[in-house]
Amino acid sequence: MKKENRLAKRKRRNQNIAFGLFQLISYSIVALLFIILAFIVVKGIGVISWEFISEMPKEGMTQGGIYPAIVGTLCLVFGSMLFAFPVGVLAAIYMNEYVKDGWPKRIIKQMTNNLAGVPSIVFGLFGMALFVNKLEFGDSLLAGSLTLGLLVLPVVIRTTEESLKAVDDTFRQASLGLGASKWQTTSKVVFPIAFPNIITGLILSIGRVSGETAPILFTVAAYFLPKLPTSIFDQAMALPYHLYVISTSGTNIEASRAMAYGTALILIIIVLISNLLANALRKYFGKKVKMN
Amino acid sequence: MHKIESKNVNFYYGETQALHDISLSMKENTVTALIGPSGCGKSTYLRLLNRMNDLIDKTHLNGEIYIDGHNIYAKNTNVDDLRKNVGMVFQKPNPFPKSIYENVAYGLKVNGITDKKVIEERVIKSIEQVALWDEVKDKLNKSAFELSGGQQQRLCIARALAIQPSVLLMDEPTSALDPISTAKVEELIYDLKNNYTIVIVTHNMQQAGRVSDNTAFFYMGELVEYDKTKNLFTNPRKERTQNYITGRFG
Amino acid sequence: MILMLSSASTSITVILIVFFLFVEGIGVFSKKPIEEGFLLAVHPSNTIQKLEPTQIKDIFDKKITNWSALGGKNEPIVLFRTEDITEFYSEEELGENFEHFPAKIDEYITRTPGVIAFFSDKYKSKDFHGKELDVNKITVYKFLSGEEWFPTAQPVAQMGVKPLILGTLWVSFGAILIALPIGLAAAIYLSEIARKRTRNILKPLIELLAGIPSVVYGFFGLVVIVPLVQDVFNLPVGETGLAGSIVLAIMALPTIITISEDAMSNTPRAMKEASLALGASQWQTIYKVVVPYSASGITAGAILGIGRAIGETMAVLMVTGNAAVIPNTLLAPVRTIPATIAAELGEAASGGMHYKALFALGCILFLITFCINMLVELVTNRNSHKKH
Repeated sequence: MKKENRLAKRKRRNQNIAFGLFQLISYSIVALLFIILAFIVVKGIGVISWEFISEMPKEGMTQGGIYPAIVGTLCLVFGSMLFAFPVGVLAAIYMNEYVKDGWPKRIIKQMTNNLAGVPSIVFGLFGMALFVNKLEFGDSLLAGSLTLGLLVLPVVIRTTEESLKAVDDTFRQASLGLGASKWQTTSKVVFPIAFPNIITGLILSIGRVSGETAPILFTVAAYFLPKLPTSIFDQAMALPYHLYVISTSGTNIEASRAMAYGTALILIIIVLISNLLANALRKYFGKKVKMN
Repeated sequence: MHKIESKNVNFYYGETQALHDISLSMKENTVTALIGPSGCGKSTYLRLLNRMNDLIDKTHLNGEIYIDGHNIYAKNTNVDDLRKNVGMVFQKPNPFPKSIYENVAYGLKVNGITDKKVIEERVIKSIEQVALWDEVKDKLNKSAFELSGGQQQRLCIARALAIQPSVLLMDEPTSALDPISTAKVEELIYDLKNNYTIVIVTHNMQQAGRVSDNTAFFYMGELVEYDKTKNLFTNPRKERTQNYITGRFG
Repeated sequence: MILMLSSASTSITVILIVFFLFVEGIGVFSKKPIEEGFLLAVHPSNTIQKLEPTQIKDIFDKKITNWSALGGKNEPIVLFRTEDITEFYSEEELGENFEHFPAKIDEYITRTPGVIAFFSDKYKSKDFHGKELDVNKITVYKFLSGEEWFPTAQPVAQMGVKPLILGTLWVSFGAILIALPIGLAAAIYLSEIARKRTRNILKPLIELLAGIPSVVYGFFGLVVIVPLVQDVFNLPVGETGLAGSIVLAIMALPTIITISEDAMSNTPRAMKEASLALGASQWQTIYKVVVPYSASGITAGAILGIGRAIGETMAVLMVTGNAAVIPNTLLAPVRTIPATIAAELGEAASGGMHYKALFALGCILFLITFCINMLVELVTNRNSHKKH
């Protein structure tokens, strides 16, 4: 009996040590997230002002604002979504509603997975070779948007597929049972139910696109432009590239540090908002769909 | 003194009360069958006896359960030791993805037994106890998944016996087995009765009649009737029991 | 029809990526690594016909000083570059507009037996008497095993990617070494220990880490981790492989945690209960049953984490110092494949040797990540077979 008590004690001690350690580590990771966020917020908040987001950079990007970079990023987000969203959603609809299980589906799935695993710099190389050089778009919003669009395509397809899968089969059967065609069922019944979740995926993709740097390095991004882009064949500045430039190779790195913190903060805000919005939407619509 | 004794046990899953005021005592070296329709609380009650329900969030219990005179829900109870003393066999055979030998040795190892000789002796003895030795002696190092369902379930019983419990809980142990395997397990229960106090949950009333000394009938979270098996099946006192055993519901 | 086409879009993209990457990348092996419009010439009596790019570099670095070292005659090597001409001829002799340049170079070469001259095509006289030296093309083997990456070197570019490949692997494995134990601990906590409510708060927060753009990680690494590494290890520069590994580890954490946690949550309840019913503590159950059971999922998470780390560009570019040398410690600057592409493609002339070499690097990167994806597929498939 005494020996067993010792054993029990040892078991409990080991468990307490392990669990305590794991808890500590988990909370540390979360703490790390807050440290990164807090660091950038604290250092960047003082820089943010109306002038910062509405003016051109001045004095070799050590003063002024980041207006053109914000505009550039917005253009890129819009452009890439204009391409990736319809293509991705249609692809997911086709995959989920029309194709039967079998090897073609498996191959397409595998290819989508592979595309998702391609490093972003390889997208940059590819965009440069195809859009900038081969199709002669030059360094332009068009080339950059298409490159980014291809990059998020797997994300859009995956989230859309998941949203469609979440739609209960009884809805489909009910519609088909009433004599609706496959396409009518998909467009009038399945798609509207899945739509809120699809939008969630779209918002997440926006967050992803606005932070990507490597794919735009050689397809659109400009170090400094004194004016805004006026057509899709113009170069543009972009927030992530701007942050990279002024923190590593600006004319005066020390003097532009403050600008860098401000830019990082704006980027983080965009990403956070898109994440929180996506989560909130998911919760809100999740409840609504269940109620139906 | 009773081996197992529960007094006024109430049990809740969150807001829902699953057991109402259950008082039930069992003598040493007897087999007690818990019967009743699905969702009547018989499995829930069984899982209270080795505190398996602790794993489920937001559950709580009122009342007391004593095993060997100790309140197993008292603060100073060591749950690991309790579970070592109260073995359990589950509805579906659930061997670990390890070898046959390792499956039986697992309980010994986690309980601090390091002497290889002792482990080997106990493993062999436990496998013999469940009459599986001749079938597996040549493939002790093969994966337990290579055994048939019936063999797996007997292996799981051997695994529970290896750590020398005094109580054995069985949660519908034959519901996933074919008739021949079922007969073997029932035979085994009959043999084990001499050394263990056995509580068995079953859907199958013939089984309860065949293997148990006493039977408790649960309905909607309440203990309706508890008596010698013979009496309960031939001469039930309550109408609900009568309806159930004659197959009018459930 | 439109539907079918869009569903094929990802496949088409993958095929196009492979096509363009390889078409450009393979060009490296079909061109001579000497700068376009220039030539190397030696004395007509020199017996050497062809040289390796590395040999030429050694000659111009004065590491090889005698032709005999290359299998030629015993004759000291005399280096000659275009601008050296003024040492031998006066401005008048060369002519006002350098019109006599070609003739004088020709003359100089023919009278200097040990010479090796590097000059522009346009200074090659019509009746050139010297012997043009051939430069070997880069072979795939030399490309992969070459120890020097100096693509803008004159007279011949050095295109050895071994330091870049090793740099990439070092930094990535360093990152996994840090991230795997931490990630595993967090995954265990979230899946097996934490209450449901705690888990529902922590998990989205950890996933948020994955949403932060890599350039922001790079910036954070640059202003926080780099100085920290420099101080702690008392280094001359903080931009090191270690700084890269730390930043990558933070970035790989969400991947590892999410995937391992999913795998652990999939451990059948019956398996856990069986272990607990035998008197095992919760911790014993975790490390003896749950972790082995979800081993393939955890492996998949780790491999995917490595894949992310290998392909990551901006964060690494900003914190590793980008020195293209073969790493022997994590405390020195290193350069990875993606960082090299990002840093150099802007300066490489489109279609040139350097440009093609960077595409070849892209091919290597693509192949590595492709293999990693396949490996993950293999590991997870094996797992699903086991469950049935």
